[in-house]
Amino acid sequence: MNDKIREDFPQIKPGYIYFDTAATSLKPNSVIEAVNMYNRDLSANINRGMYYQSVETTNLYEQSREKVAKFINAKTEEIVFTRGTTSGLNLVASSYGLKYLNQDSEIIISEQEHHSSFLPWQNVAKKTGAKLRFIELDQHGKITIEAFKRVLNDKTKVVVINYISNVLGYINPIKEIVNLAHEFKAIVVVDGAQAIQHIKVDVVDLNIDFFAFSGHKMLGPTGVGILYGKSSYLELLEPIEFGGDMNEDVEKTNSTWKKYPTKFEAGTMPIAGVIGLSKAIEYLENIGFERIEEQTKLLYRYLISELLKIEGIKIYNLYSDTGIVTFNLVNVPSHDAISYYAEKNIALRSGQHCAKLIHDFLEINSSLRATVYFYNSIEEVKTFIDVTKEAVKYFKKIGF
Amino acid sequence: MSNLDNLYREVIMEHYKNPRNKGLLDDSKYKSIRIKNPSCGDDITMQTLVCDGVIKDCRQVASGCSISVASASVLSEIMIGKTIKEAIELANNFLNMVSNKEYNQALDLEEAEVFNGVKQFPARIKCASIAWVAFKDTLSKE
Repeated sequence: MNDKIREDFPQIKPGYIYFDTAATSLKPNSVIEAVNMYNRDLSANINRGMYYQSVETTNLYEQSREKVAKFINAKTEEIVFTRGTTSGLNLVASSYGLKYLNQDSEIIISEQEHHSSFLPWQNVAKKTGAKLRFIELDQHGKITIEAFKRVLNDKTKVVVINYISNVLGYINPIKEIVNLAHEFKAIVVVDGAQAIQHIKVDVVDLNIDFFAFSGHKMLGPTGVGILYGKSSYLELLEPIEFGGDMNEDVEKTNSTWKKYPTKFEAGTMPIAGVIGLSKAIEYLENIGFERIEEQTKLLYRYLISELLKIEGIKIYNLYSDTGIVTFNLVNVPSHDAISYYAEKNIALRSGQHCAKLIHDFLEINSSLRATVYFYNSIEEVKTFIDVTKEAVKYFKKIGF
Repeated sequence: MSNLDNLYREVIMEHYKNPRNKGLLDDSKYKSIRIKNPSCGDDITMQTLVCDGVIKDCRQVASGCSISVASASVLSEIMIGKTIKEAIELANNFLNMVSNKEYNQALDLEEAEVFNGVKQFPARIKCASIAWVAFKDTLSKE
């Protein structure tokens, strides 16, 4: 089945191994064709024209919203299109955080967070005087319910947490966290950037208040993201961007906004991206999360078992729940090691992966991250292992 | 023979393992500039002491990849004794060389010549450049 799937991704070529899906996923032909179709055949703006191309573009744009809503079991109007996870998380922090938090408030957050989840709330804390409380991670860097309970209290107003860590690949116990947080009337903002392509997300079942993710990590185009918010909160929130299309009535001294989600979508949106995203969801649904998980786990287990056999490798997340393996070649800075892989046309990520706090926790400066996903193959993992063995030898030989 | 051998020359590895002029001085006559590259974890501070337009001392502290650490070390050695004018000319020439731009091949880059191979690895240009950019900034503080 895998060969057929691989044919859907024109980026996959002999001699090139893509193990950087946690940074951005590959894009299937159907997504590329949808983006091209919009640019080639329509290229009109939404909500503004009476001509066929504009009406058709508006239809496709809104159909994509419906598709996203069904995909995560939300109501259509609860889906706000954004530029990506980062802009969704910033919208909540700027609009909700700056307005409703004060020096008596506490924000629960973790060292696992990506900078796009952490920095907006660090800013809120600085500006409002609210206090950041970090969930103490266990020895493996995991978040436990017990540790979460220790920082949860009457002052907790917001819980900011990733669903799946972009460095360690752990799935966090979101449902239990949400239940507990709600007992204290705190809202929960979830960074879903690494989860949306791996597990079926049901925002109603999880009872999440806000959930942000990106199109480009789930086989879709770059430049488009989604912020899900419960209706009651989207109603409450003020827009942070003002401009065309989001307004209702404009006067010299005062103006009014359209209802959500439109009030959060100022200016011309990434229309091609939104239309392409719809095809990405179709693709994921056609394969199904069970098969995605099965293939990803198969590759991950093989990868980790072979890596463990190599002397001179340090792995930081032996029990990843997804396809993410974070490691280093012993005594070799990650930026040196990555050059070896790059020479062999293997795409990995090196550095801090926009998550410095978790590197501080691991007491390392930087790391290498390999991600396997359903479109990767066992043969690719084998080549990666061979190259890793060569790399260990090479760096040792030249004196590292 | 790996292509990487053009990058990891012996001199570079030697400086990486035994960095020269390492450690900063707590002396207000020295000018310091620290540059961090958060995407890869490089963290480099360059320090210079200038008297009468001549660089009397150059100190450095660098952590990160071998290229960035060795680059800071090599720089600190060749710059001591140079005038500000000579130093800036050398630094600009080095930065042009590693980023594959036109540079004056007649100008002696001394031991820094070993970074010539960096230009074949565009992703590593920044590693080789950080120390030199920080160094130039210390001089503009004069």
